[in-house]
Amino acid sequence: MDWGALHTILGGVNKHSTSIGKIWLTVLFIFRIMILVVAAERVWGDEQDDFICNTLQPGCKNVCYDHFFPISHIRLWALQLIFVSTPALLVAMHVAYRRHEKKRQFRKGDQKCEYKDIEEIRKQRFHIEGTLWWTYTSSIFFRLVFEAVFMYAFYFMYDGFRMPRLMKCNAWPCPNTVDCFVSRPTEKTVFTIFMIAVSSICILLNVAELCYLLTKFFLKRSKKAGNPKHHPNHENKEETKQNEMNELISDSCQNTVIGFSS
Amino acid sequence: MSWGFLRDLLSGVNKYSTGIGRIWVAVVFVFRLLVYVAAAENIWKYEHDEFECNIKQPGCENVCFDHFFPVSHIRLWALQLIMVSTPSLLVVFHVAYRENREKHHNQKLYKSPGEIDGGLLCTYLVSLILKTGFEIVFLVLFYKLYNGFKVPHLVKCDVRPCPNTVDCYISKPTEKMIFLYFLVATSCLCIVLNLSELSYLIFKYSIKCYLKRYIKRRQ
Repeated sequence: MDWGALHTILGGVNKHSTSIGKIWLTVLFIFRIMILVVAAERVWGDEQDDFICNTLQPGCKNVCYDHFFPISHIRLWALQLIFVSTPALLVAMHVAYRRHEKKRQFRKGDQKCEYKDIEEIRKQRFHIEGTLWWTYTSSIFFRLVFEAVFMYAFYFMYDGFRMPRLMKCNAWPCPNTVDCFVSRPTEKTVFTIFMIAVSSICILLNVAELCYLLTKFFLKRSKKAGNPKHHPNHENKEETKQNEMNELISDSCQNTVIGFSS
Repeated sequence: MSWGFLRDLLSGVNKYSTGIGRIWVAVVFVFRLLVYVAAAENIWKYEHDEFECNIKQPGCENVCFDHFFPVSHIRLWALQLIMVSTPSLLVVFHVAYRENREKHHNQKLYKSPGEIDGGLLCTYLVSLILKTGFEIVFLVLFYKLYNGFKVPHLVKCDVRPCPNTVDCYISKPTEKMIFLYFLVATSCLCIVLNLSELSYLIFKYSIKCYLKRYIKRRQ
């Protein structure tokens, strides 16, 4: 069980996302999860071993380390990534529920059901409309909230995004104010700024997706009000083609990600 | 053999679960298993090396560590995850038994082997009760073994061969405490989900039973 399993779970949601949603997922996996696993974990790997205080007093190092790093950067990022990926599960559950209902209709032999067999139901792509629109929009909203909360928590806990080289500590049992040196402060600062930058990009993508969905919703509403007769089949065919193309592009990107993360 | 095995097991269980059961599987995967593997394991990785006592007496540190951590938090966490996921196997075995029976008799004995009714309903309810039981047992065990869910930064130790009462310092106590509280919160969430699923199933099937009897009586 690792990040690859999360990718499998979220990959299913990808089919039903908008284009911006697919870009968000790609950014999440390539620029956040992969960077975390491949690079950031190594940089923070030896953080307590190489945290050195200018004292021989046993216990001083432990206490100072705990005082300055109540929760390590790397763990905070891992939690942030888990929480930010979770709202997509709501969409996955909603889609699964819809599929289940359609399968039940099909089995009952309902004439309203337009599918020829169960395989078609399994492979079918649902458009983001009706209740699924609400689920999808709330999942984007929650994503935004989690991103913002974690970024603020980071800023609040570490007084900004810079990693200082030297920290002065006078927690008991340190006999007096002691100098403690952090290992690899510059590398850690670089990665922190990188992760914050990518979080901001993800926030922007989420905001753009939210605006896109709202705009589409209001346009559709005004179209329906203005023109009751319209041709849904033609619109759906064009959308389906565009989405299939987007799917092909994002699938090929993600296949390279799977190769790296496994 | 690793957590991937548990993941595959739970994915198999997902097929025969109710809606709440599927939410439970998602919570266990994402908020417990993934957090354990991606974050928590590394916090406790060097806990013995980083446990430091204010003494040079050989053996004192080892003895004190063993005294205060008879079973490490992270091992208890792993055991809890395994024990809590295992009752779901009962359901999988029962469905496999049903399918085998159908094959053996070469006729359709059940409406659908995976449908939760009759014997399978009892098995499902038993698995829910066992899951909840294990969750509660482990939470109580955590509480009793470590006097609550707090991790102190200093413990005083006077076990032989330490010559007197010695100060011992635990590494990363705040981070460990945060993740322990996270573990407790997700366990409680899982207990709530299991209890709601239990009530939902009991309620649904009592209504079904009652309606059947009512219709029979009328006839």
